[in-house]
Amino acid sequence: MKFMSEYRDGDLAQKLLSEIQRVVTKPWNIMEVCGGQTHSLVKNGIIDLLPAAVNMIHGPGCPVCVTPIELIDKAIYLAEEKNVILCSFGDMLRVPGSKTSLLDSKAKGADIRILYSPIEAVQIAQANPEQEVVFFAVGFETTAPANAMSVVQAHAQGVKNYSILTSHVLVPPAIEAVMNDEESHIDGFLAAGHVCTIMGISEYQPLVDTYSIPIVVTGFEPIDLLQGILMTVTQLENGTHLLENQYSRVVKAEGNTHAINMIDQVFEVQSRVWRGIGAIPQSGYEVKTSYQDYDANLKFDISIEAAPENEECIAGQVLKGIKKPKDCPQFGKKCKPEFPLGAPMVSSEGACAAYYHFSLASESI
Amino acid sequence: MSTPKMKLSCPMPKLDYDRISLAHGGGGTLTNNLLAKGVFDLLGNELLDKHHDGAIFDWSGKTAFTTDSFVISPLFFPGGDIGELAVNGTVNDLAMCGAIPKYLSLSFIIEEGLMMDDFWRILISIKSACEAANVKVITGDTKVVENGKGDKIFINTTGIGHVMDGAQIDIDRVSVGDAIIVSDVIASHGIAIMSVREGLEFDSDILSDTRPLHNACNSLIQTFGSSIKLLKDPTRGGLASVLNEIARDSANGILLEETKIPIDNQVKAACEILGLDPLYVANEGIFIAVVEADKAEEVVVHLKSLDPNSKATVIGSVTEKHPRQVVIKSGIGGKRIVNMLVGQQLPRIC
Repeated sequence: MKFMSEYRDGDLAQKLLSEIQRVVTKPWNIMEVCGGQTHSLVKNGIIDLLPAAVNMIHGPGCPVCVTPIELIDKAIYLAEEKNVILCSFGDMLRVPGSKTSLLDSKAKGADIRILYSPIEAVQIAQANPEQEVVFFAVGFETTAPANAMSVVQAHAQGVKNYSILTSHVLVPPAIEAVMNDEESHIDGFLAAGHVCTIMGISEYQPLVDTYSIPIVVTGFEPIDLLQGILMTVTQLENGTHLLENQYSRVVKAEGNTHAINMIDQVFEVQSRVWRGIGAIPQSGYEVKTSYQDYDANLKFDISIEAAPENEECIAGQVLKGIKKPKDCPQFGKKCKPEFPLGAPMVSSEGACAAYYHFSLASESI
Repeated sequence: MSTPKMKLSCPMPKLDYDRISLAHGGGGTLTNNLLAKGVFDLLGNELLDKHHDGAIFDWSGKTAFTTDSFVISPLFFPGGDIGELAVNGTVNDLAMCGAIPKYLSLSFIIEEGLMMDDFWRILISIKSACEAANVKVITGDTKVVENGKGDKIFINTTGIGHVMDGAQIDIDRVSVGDAIIVSDVIASHGIAIMSVREGLEFDSDILSDTRPLHNACNSLIQTFGSSIKLLKDPTRGGLASVLNEIARDSANGILLEETKIPIDNQVKAACEILGLDPLYVANEGIFIAVVEADKAEEVVVHLKSLDPNSKATVIGSVTEKHPRQVVIKSGIGGKRIVNMLVGQQLPRIC
């Protein structure tokens, strides 16, 4: 298929693998930031095809995984309110809160709707004026423009029964947090191509300069990933640290200015708690006061006690790249997609889910 | 393999009301009117016409017997509707047993308020599908539930058929080295449904693949006999789930070649956009055959001779390695496990 099969070409993949093999002389730890990249690496069997010296470390780029447990509990609380329709991306439904998940609430009769776009949630609000419609606005910089647009549209159309429960997080502060963690030993990063499609690439230059690490903005198809890895390894072997763009067919240096303006109109950068990682300064978006009528956190009086994480779950260390999913004693035992201890086992971008679904193979093939 | 769909255009009889009401399921006059002018007139045959509490008929020999319920939403979708699906689904389950489908039962659970036009369209579709599959509806039931207690209409069909002489469909006969054949492109039904789901509509030419498979399956057994070891139709849970069942129940491994699995380009693109893995998307008109390796190519040629448009092909084999697991070789040469579907496939976030 045009623009897809070219990036999944077996011969080209073999050439890139040979080139990586030729260039690499010593071990390197490379973190792919985005969970979508983790899944592509594991799903296509790339991890097992790479030379042993290239160690891929899976990053925190799974928005579902880093959404705080209290916020999931809040979403569940709202969903179970009688006059609330809770709308969400499908990924969030199976994620465990402190006691249950949104899927459990849906089964008990809560009106929870799985959407592909927050704009649909505004339409649902218009069609149900007697009810409150809340969109669970989760994601990195990629989903922020559409979520912001839903608020702007609701405001413009005078829709008063619509609000968003936000848990927006940002990639650059996460890279900073990983680099500042004493336990992590990352030599280079594959930055998340889709995030850079929105934000551009300039905000990564200070990270390259501060930490003297190569960062290569990379796509998601097998050929993209292999090329991104080759570019990173080549820099590491040459002792350079540059910001490079492998995904230039999609990512423009300045990003998508319309989308950035939309984000700036509705959101402002604030500190955020990341599930499993903790508070990271200036690492997320909150709704600006000018749009506070659309902030579900302010609109509803939600009294939720702070809940502890399941002690047996090592999601935090997995998200920071300190441990791999199979280092967890509960992986595939107590923790499975049907009965998850933590979010990375159920999110479509979670590293644990990637290993569970695709890569038990390396042990048995 | 695909049978041209019959087009029936029976005029709708006068059925008292525009919509189905509770009284239509009450057992009284309205029920009788609905049955007499609707169901019995349309689907009538020598057994149904007796109006007995059940069908009474002679039967002997090796028998396949199956049941299935149909709750699909929306009722009408690109390439088919719930009525056709309810007949084909049960006909296909019988076909997968190596049987020639013969009789069906037909039960409706209708939600009060269903448009009579829609009910009539569904009945017509059932009639066409029965004629295409050469089966008769010989008993049935109609119930109506209050508004809000159902989802327009649910249909159950139960089927019975004669197992063909020479058919030896048995999971215990699946052994290392056997070839795995898929009869046509995968994932079309699930994506056709997604394309018309409320809130998710997108324009495409993708049609559901719903069709009766008994002709193809019966012909395979007639031609290749015991070389056909297992037949399965990968409906809910898709190809991945059915292959996992085969691996689990036969205690063997299965190795697939990703590049060999046939899929329509539009369906593939829709799966990419929606974040769905086509291996887990439902089908209603294809089957998997596990066959002796040395007959595999002949089986593929035979399937293509039955339907020149068929994309039938060998997609993998039964292995001694990784017992009870399905492993797929990706396009770039890596390998991964293909697990059974957990829960429902949910749309991804980005």
